[in-house]
Amino acid sequence: MNGHVFTFSGAELVALGSGALWWQDRGLLCVSDLHLGKSERIARRGGAPLPPYDTRATLDRLAADLDACNPATVACIGDSFDDLDSANALPEDERLWIARLQAGREWIWIEGNHDPGPVALGGAHHALLRVGPLTLRHIADPAAQAEVSGHYHPKVHLRLRGRSIARPAFLVDRDRIVLPAYGIYTGGLRSDAATLCSLMRPDAIALVTGSSVYPVPMPRSA
Amino acid sequence: MTLPPQIQAWFDNKGWSPHPHQLSMLERADAPATLLIAPTGGGKTLAGFLPTLADLADDAHEGLHTLYVSPLKALAADIKRNLRTPVDEIGLDIRIEDRTGDTSATQKRRQRVDPPHILLTTPESLALMISYEDAPRIFKGLKRIVVDEIHALAESKRGDQLMLALARINALCPDLRRVGLSATVDDPAAIACLLARHPDRCDILVADPGPAPDIAMLETREAPPWAGGGAAYAIPAVMEQIRQHRTTLIFHNTRAQAEIFFHNLWLDNPDGLPIGIHHGSLDRQQRQRVEAAMVRGELRAIVCTGSLDLGIDWGDVDLVIQIGAPKNVKRLVQRIGRANHQYNAPSKALLVPANRFEVVECIAALQAVQEGDLDGEPRGPGPLDVLCQHILITACSGPFHADDIYAEVTTAGAYADLSRADFDRCLEFAATGGYALRAYDRWQRLLQRADGRWQLRDPRASRDIRMNIGTIQDNDTVKVRLRRNRGGKPLGEVEEGFAATLSAGDTFLIGGQIVRFEGLREMTVEVSRDAARKPRIATFSGTKFATSTQLSARILALLRQPGWPCLPAHTAEWLNLQREQSRLPEFGRLLIESFPHDGREHCCVYGFAGRNAQQTLGLLLTKQMEEAGLDPLGFVATDYATLIWGLEPVRDPEILLDRDTLRNGLANWLAGNAVMKRTFRASATIAGLIQRNTPQARKTGRQATFSSDILYDTLQKYDPDHLILDITRREAHRGLVDFGRIEELLDRVGDRLELLRLDRVTPLAAPLLLEVGKVPIKGAAEERLVAEETRRLMQEAGLAEL
Repeated sequence: MNGHVFTFSGAELVALGSGALWWQDRGLLCVSDLHLGKSERIARRGGAPLPPYDTRATLDRLAADLDACNPATVACIGDSFDDLDSANALPEDERLWIARLQAGREWIWIEGNHDPGPVALGGAHHALLRVGPLTLRHIADPAAQAEVSGHYHPKVHLRLRGRSIARPAFLVDRDRIVLPAYGIYTGGLRSDAATLCSLMRPDAIALVTGSSVYPVPMPRSA
Repeated sequence: MTLPPQIQAWFDNKGWSPHPHQLSMLERADAPATLLIAPTGGGKTLAGFLPTLADLADDAHEGLHTLYVSPLKALAADIKRNLRTPVDEIGLDIRIEDRTGDTSATQKRRQRVDPPHILLTTPESLALMISYEDAPRIFKGLKRIVVDEIHALAESKRGDQLMLALARINALCPDLRRVGLSATVDDPAAIACLLARHPDRCDILVADPGPAPDIAMLETREAPPWAGGGAAYAIPAVMEQIRQHRTTLIFHNTRAQAEIFFHNLWLDNPDGLPIGIHHGSLDRQQRQRVEAAMVRGELRAIVCTGSLDLGIDWGDVDLVIQIGAPKNVKRLVQRIGRANHQYNAPSKALLVPANRFEVVECIAALQAVQEGDLDGEPRGPGPLDVLCQHILITACSGPFHADDIYAEVTTAGAYADLSRADFDRCLEFAATGGYALRAYDRWQRLLQRADGRWQLRDPRASRDIRMNIGTIQDNDTVKVRLRRNRGGKPLGEVEEGFAATLSAGDTFLIGGQIVRFEGLREMTVEVSRDAARKPRIATFSGTKFATSTQLSARILALLRQPGWPCLPAHTAEWLNLQREQSRLPEFGRLLIESFPHDGREHCCVYGFAGRNAQQTLGLLLTKQMEEAGLDPLGFVATDYATLIWGLEPVRDPEILLDRDTLRNGLANWLAGNAVMKRTFRASATIAGLIQRNTPQARKTGRQATFSSDILYDTLQKYDPDHLILDITRREAHRGLVDFGRIEELLDRVGDRLELLRLDRVTPLAAPLLLEVGKVPIKGAAEERLVAEETRRLMQEAGLAEL
């Protein structure tokens, strides 16, 4: 499996190239910010009709991770849907697809700012979740420890021999992990933004996603 | 129509008589469409407006009478001044106003309520005007439309957008007369076809072109270098010419070259002659200052790019210098026309080849100018992304029947052959997004009403559509400012890609000064002045033109000559050496040289297909070579050849150059290519799939948007036949990929491939070894680079063991 193995608050975790976090000992796969139904919401609110394939592209990505890890538990830690209406407006085949992915495993929806209430889909609904030493919630609490969150869609800019690339990335320090956005149609917040620089410790590491995962000292503004 | 007495009296008072073509325009005042081709300074504008002035002199007219459209805001303002004077002197009571992006909102509102007699505008502002619900009232009574510099508009999608707008206005005002004003062009009939309402006839009026230009190659003491584009060797000779003339325009093909040349000129300017620089990346204020100084006659020379190409009257230019091969004869002729704005004086121009091969190209171009043989690429049918935008604009103005709009659109020359099926696809795209997956039935952008007409589902969408009108794509540039406490002076713009490569302390040229990169703040590059003499080169590229098909053919014809008395000795000897040691390329066969050099195998393909096509050919050939186990390492392309190096020699060119293989290779390679993604972004933006400007985005900036590459990848994977991908592929066939010219090359040479195995580098191939812009071949390169770079950074941070 392509990924970066690291120990966090006593748990041995793998950051996957897709942006998911895999905790083998607990059989837990954690993803954040799926933003399912985003194109539908944009069109509904009078925006451009973007290619309506974002939900299936995101589910394709998730299905591949489920095949590879076969987790007992899947935790979607917030903003799984672009809003509650888009959750309810999911086409039937996409609802069935989610049901198939859920079959035979525990599924947890943690609420986020985009989807602050229960949805009419299988799975349990939580405000936050504690698993062993770890706390899973959508938005990081600066005072918390051993915390896994999402929300910020962190990404990292790297300069490579004359060209520059931006990729979604995990941010990791001794207190918290911030997951990159897992959804296809998601922008990102640069790791050098003030919010992330003050949230993360000075020695934080960024794990750059892609076909492999690369650790790098979290880039900050100079 | 004849000249009304008061206008005749005005000519008499001035001691002038109207030019014959001005009177002909008056005689043809009732023709549905007329194209006037006249040299700069030939009273072209007055010729275009004379029927309007005559008409307005005769009797009073309520509301808008004549619409004038030009490609530049500045030109509209210029014409307003230049027209005001004669109108006042003749004593006509005519209101003349301009309406562009710079016009105030109050003024614009007033113009909608009470339009002037003559309105001067741009294609984008006109498109915005037809999007208003009250468009029929604004254009009521409109009699004439004058399209200035139509040859420039005809080359881009702005022209297509304008002609669609005219089709719409023509439906409101059936008696509209159209006049086009153009500089000299290769194919006047093509422009006439664009201008006229299909199938109206369009007369073409050609004014006396005036005396032939006085044009030559600049003589220099030093021979031009073997490669490169800077022409630094010619600085002393150019300086001497500046001293001998009143005002010299020095044209460059790219902004970067203009910056470097300007910098070098100043280093070699002991008399401190006032010399300015003008190009599209400079801040508007900076440009306006240079323009004003030029009009006042304070500058002895202006180093410039295409931004000065159009016919604004800048004053007393008596010499035009073109640095680097002109690439295109038509553009050269238009540039030469900038010198000597008096009608009957010859324009004076000098060509400065930047390297040895360009000597040949300059001579070929000179011969073409003398023979009046201009070049042009046929533009092909009207682009569908512009049509998609036009449909949305039409919807903003009110409900419409599809049949009516189809009938209207096909009166635009470029869309005359548009099939109903293609039109319906565009309408479907505008209405629902046009996806195979019908996801937006509830949230369509356009809805069909019970009476069959289409309208916006949400009328508020019209605001977003209006904010995104236009076909000009800014190349993702970022602003450059001097670093100060409260925001320093703006200097100009550089491409985002260039900005991303800068590290603190790097120096580059902008606006002729060397600046040091300090940091990036909120998408602005902050710099400080730097005293260094040598900058790190500004690589912001501007436009890179490819040598035209016709000029390439002329060069090949020149190479066939038994000897070259027309060329300087240093260049003639060079070609003779090539003839002795290898062969010269020919029109009807493809010369391929294969030779070892510097421990590697080289292969040089002389396609003469223009820089973009030779670049594409390099990518396709190296891919084939990789599969054939020839281990290519890299290549470089110029307008005339592609040089590839690798570990194994090429022995069998037929396999590499098989048309089907190349075409399949293109399809596969293109799908994942950055050029393709850039083309997609442009077309998706024009068609209204991506909105550059939204009220929300302006407020929040970050995080709201995601890359258009994601949309491209998603469509490729889930909806590969989507309209916008189709449009993207069509566009890519020309432009940067230019596969059309590779096919043209294959047609031209047939199976006459000629592989010469030589024991060392040949005279014609040698300069390619010195070219910049070498492309390394890399498989999974980005991943490898990421791995390397992140490992290095971890090590640096002492975290290598993590």
